[in-house]
Amino acid sequence: MQSFLKRLRWPDYVIVAVLAAFFGYIWLSIEGTLNYKWRWELIPGYIVGWHTGREEYFANLLLQGLVATIRISIYSGILALILGTILGVARCSANLTIRMLARTYLEFLRNVPPVVVVFIFFFFLSQQLIDALNLERWARGIARQEDNQIWTFFFGEMRRFPSLVSGVIVLALFESAFVGEIVRAGIQSIPKGQREAARSIGMSHMQELRYVVLPQAMKKVVPPLANQFISLIKDSSILSLISVQELTYKTVELVASSRMIFEAWITTAAFYFIVCFGLSRIFARLEKKSEKR
Amino acid sequence: MTRPAPMIEVSNLDKFYGTFQALKNIDLTVHQGEKVVICGPSGSGKSTLIRCFNGLEWHNSGRLVIDGIEVYEGAKDIRELRQEVGMVFQQFNLFPHLTVLENLMIGPMKVRKIPKAQAEETARNYLDRVHIPEQADKYPAQLSGGQQQRVAIARSLCMETRIMLFDEPTSALDPEMINEVLDVMVELAETGMTMVVVTHEMGFARKVADTMVFMEAGQIVEISPPEQFFTQPSSERCRLFLDQILAH
Repeated sequence: MQSFLKRLRWPDYVIVAVLAAFFGYIWLSIEGTLNYKWRWELIPGYIVGWHTGREEYFANLLLQGLVATIRISIYSGILALILGTILGVARCSANLTIRMLARTYLEFLRNVPPVVVVFIFFFFLSQQLIDALNLERWARGIARQEDNQIWTFFFGEMRRFPSLVSGVIVLALFESAFVGEIVRAGIQSIPKGQREAARSIGMSHMQELRYVVLPQAMKKVVPPLANQFISLIKDSSILSLISVQELTYKTVELVASSRMIFEAWITTAAFYFIVCFGLSRIFARLEKKSEKR
Repeated sequence: MTRPAPMIEVSNLDKFYGTFQALKNIDLTVHQGEKVVICGPSGSGKSTLIRCFNGLEWHNSGRLVIDGIEVYEGAKDIRELRQEVGMVFQQFNLFPHLTVLENLMIGPMKVRKIPKAQAEETARNYLDRVHIPEQADKYPAQLSGGQQQRVAIARSLCMETRIMLFDEPTSALDPEMINEVLDVMVELAETGMTMVVVTHEMGFARKVADTMVFMEAGQIVEISPPEQFFTQPSSERCRLFLDQILAH
């Protein structure tokens, strides 16, 4: 902090002063005309609430949403990694049809807005899948059981399980395109000589991929994949549009019921920021560490 | 004495890259245990030729039979062939994510389905033969170029190959490391391995070659035993080439 202050020159002070004056002015004019009553003191109660009847704390809307967002991000991250690896391998396939299919999928996702993609995946794919597998009834069965803590720990409220599943599928499908591109770049960064060496000791195409190309490619793509995972967490907020009960959806709910528009959204933004920024710092540090080795 | 069976038979072989003809009407026979050294100016098709021998490149016309197996694009038994034919590359091409020992074991274990213990024994045995048993647990990046190339030779040998192809094995090495690799190759030659070597190392060629091949512009210009090749080559072009590389 000391050295930071020392590095400031007079233009820095001017810039800070101008900005402060500008925002101060806007602040004052809002205070005058908006007539908004800040109720920050209520926000903690919507994160962790106190149940007066049962005399215990419980996770309220915002924390429920945050936990759901983290759950969805982890599951769809894993699924997207699997799908994306397949897609990336398909993009490098020797077979033209496979290559074109992968390319088509990718170009579709790249050139259609995410919200539209999410709706299409939701109505055309995950809804049908959930109906076909009869997930709705199965989940309700588990929700009725006494002993469902493990299920609840991993998947949250089991009554909402089908919506969680479709959220995870939709998000994974959406992100798999980007993961696929990252994996493809990783595969193509492996020198041709590696493949030739693998082939010249008699490896089949699959063995070449599995033992020589993919292990090297995957190591190279860890940093971009980590960044993609952070994007995935942010993109998960789109799922609120298909009623997946994650952080953004819960915030909308909270705003509708309490009208704490500014407080709720600022808190949610802070949640997303802390998770994403925290992860990016951790990934950066891990990357530095692995470089040293 | 009857000559041993032919291991490599090439007849009328042509190879095109688009309209460019990389190999023109190649005829060559290599017998079991024979050591053939191919030399010639860069771009003359030497590497392309030996890369055809294990199906890293495909010829467009003519006939190529290696150890009784006909080689052509889409041949079903090409993988069996590649297990018989070892290839050593200019750039070593060791697998950087595996240790030296794992580099040697992965082929026998995954391709030949040999049990791990046996594969390790073979691998250590061949590491001894290339004189670097102590490097078994290091990664390729921790070795010198010469050591890496010797590991690459051992990796091919671990597949119990019957033919070894060398594609300019010493060209990417620092001068002081060339001899350690050539020594290993000379020792390998003494075991009776069939070898086809693309190289400009004429000292090595004099020492081990049974047959010298000179290529230019995709054609074989001269095939002769080394004593004749180095003293009275029949073609003018070959003499000029030898003068150039033996000048210093």
